[in-house]
Amino acid sequence: MLNTSEIFETVSMIDSQNLDVRTITMALSLFDCIDTSAKKTADKVYEKIVRRAGRLVEVGENIAAEYGVPIVNKRVSVTPVSLIGAASGGYIEIAKAMDRAASATGIDFIGGYTALVQKAMTDGEKAFLDTIPEAIAGTDKVCCSVNVASTKSGINLDAIGIMGKKITELARLSNSFGCGKVVVFANAVEDNPFMAGAFNGCGEGDAVINVGVSGPGVVKCALEKVKDADITAVAETVKKTAFKITRVGQLVAREAAKRLQAGFGIVDLSLAPTPKIGDSVAHILEEMGLESVGAAGTTACLALLNDAVKKGGIMASDSVGGLSGAFIPVSEDIGMINAVRKKALSIEKLEAMTAVCSVGLDMIAVPGDTSAEVISAIIADECAIGVVNNKTTAVRIIPAIGKKVGDEIDFGGLLGTAPVMSVSAYSPAKFINRGGHIPAPLHSNKN
Amino acid sequence: MKAIVTVLGHDRVGIISEISKELAALKVNIEDISQTLMQNYFVMIMMTDVSESPQTIAQINARLKAVGEKIGLDVRVQHEDIFNCMHRI
Repeated sequence: MLNTSEIFETVSMIDSQNLDVRTITMALSLFDCIDTSAKKTADKVYEKIVRRAGRLVEVGENIAAEYGVPIVNKRVSVTPVSLIGAASGGYIEIAKAMDRAASATGIDFIGGYTALVQKAMTDGEKAFLDTIPEAIAGTDKVCCSVNVASTKSGINLDAIGIMGKKITELARLSNSFGCGKVVVFANAVEDNPFMAGAFNGCGEGDAVINVGVSGPGVVKCALEKVKDADITAVAETVKKTAFKITRVGQLVAREAAKRLQAGFGIVDLSLAPTPKIGDSVAHILEEMGLESVGAAGTTACLALLNDAVKKGGIMASDSVGGLSGAFIPVSEDIGMINAVRKKALSIEKLEAMTAVCSVGLDMIAVPGDTSAEVISAIIADECAIGVVNNKTTAVRIIPAIGKKVGDEIDFGGLLGTAPVMSVSAYSPAKFINRGGHIPAPLHSNKN
Repeated sequence: MKAIVTVLGHDRVGIISEISKELAALKVNIEDISQTLMQNYFVMIMMTDVSESPQTIAQINARLKAVGEKIGLDVRVQHEDIFNCMHRI
């Protein structure tokens, strides 16, 4: 039988420590929507999303009310649109159909305006990459991801060169805001429920529920109780807390899959922050003993956190996937925002942190006049970290139009506020403009 | 189906009476009650069976929340599985 302190602990986690389920994402296959007519494809895409995900928001709200745990986002991810639109070339029509379907179903975001070009690009994929600025600037809820590198295939520098240009073009078209909906990956995963990088991979099912849990505030509160303990005890505490958080995600995922007559995909163990006080990954690192995130020791603390979250979470769920680790987006985490404001955290330190955490340079604002080649080169650096370390890395970078280092760009809502960070003044243009392909790394003799 | 009612706030006369009156009206059976002080909070927990109630847990929660607001207490009703999943393997 449950005892009072256990019940009180759960209620406090939800009430005062911001425990929530960050997202229920329904992953849909759109392979059955392919047609040689752009209009017919778009119509089929709209119909399938509305038919399969029409009850997603209602079911999410019912589960939240019944179990008393907030479910912040309800989202849909789809098969990469570069594949679905290849026969018709109607990529933008599909994006617009996705956006209309997202509005009709009331979901928060829809992901899958995606291309997987880690090794090479077809003519269709080149045409697709060209549509990204128009498709993302012209829609509200559509998210875009492009996988440009993998440990098995190496790094596609041609695609990286294009993405640098497309991101700067999108920043101009959308006054920077569209760039929060575009992410460039190395080793993208096929079952990620988090935006902007969610898409339904080709090896996935027809309709699957993937759930992303959260709870940085819960982990921080747990660590406040082991203030004087050694770091081993800190790791143990994170592990136990991650277990409890993940069990909630598992419960919600199973229940949502059952009620929506969809498959149960995965629980993503990521600790996803929000700009709210008490919901920060940076504050967990500071609770471990750093004066500020960005100080020497940050990478070590983040490595511990990321690893302990996985170890605790993996036992709590029968199917773990997605990105599963600690997210370190700058604009979405009040601790990270403050660290940048007081110059404790630079892009260079963030890059080191991405070598040990779950994603990458996320929601980083850079001066609006940053060249496309510099953006491409930042992507190339992140890809190198992911490819060599056999992990997912990503770049979601925002050229802040009309702004310089020290200014801030406010996205509103969960996307938060990003202080504009400085980038190296030296040019990588010749390297990026070489194009070509960086071969896959050696998998033995690792040092 | 079991649900857990949690009442948090300051102790006062008539809490059990107000809550149980509403639960009876909703055909919710109280199986166990415990109350204690935790971190300066008055905490009352009721284990209940909602199988006979014509209302869903979400609806029962909304009704009890309203009663709580009237008497200055934080009341919630949650499916017991949220607690079981977190504290029992």
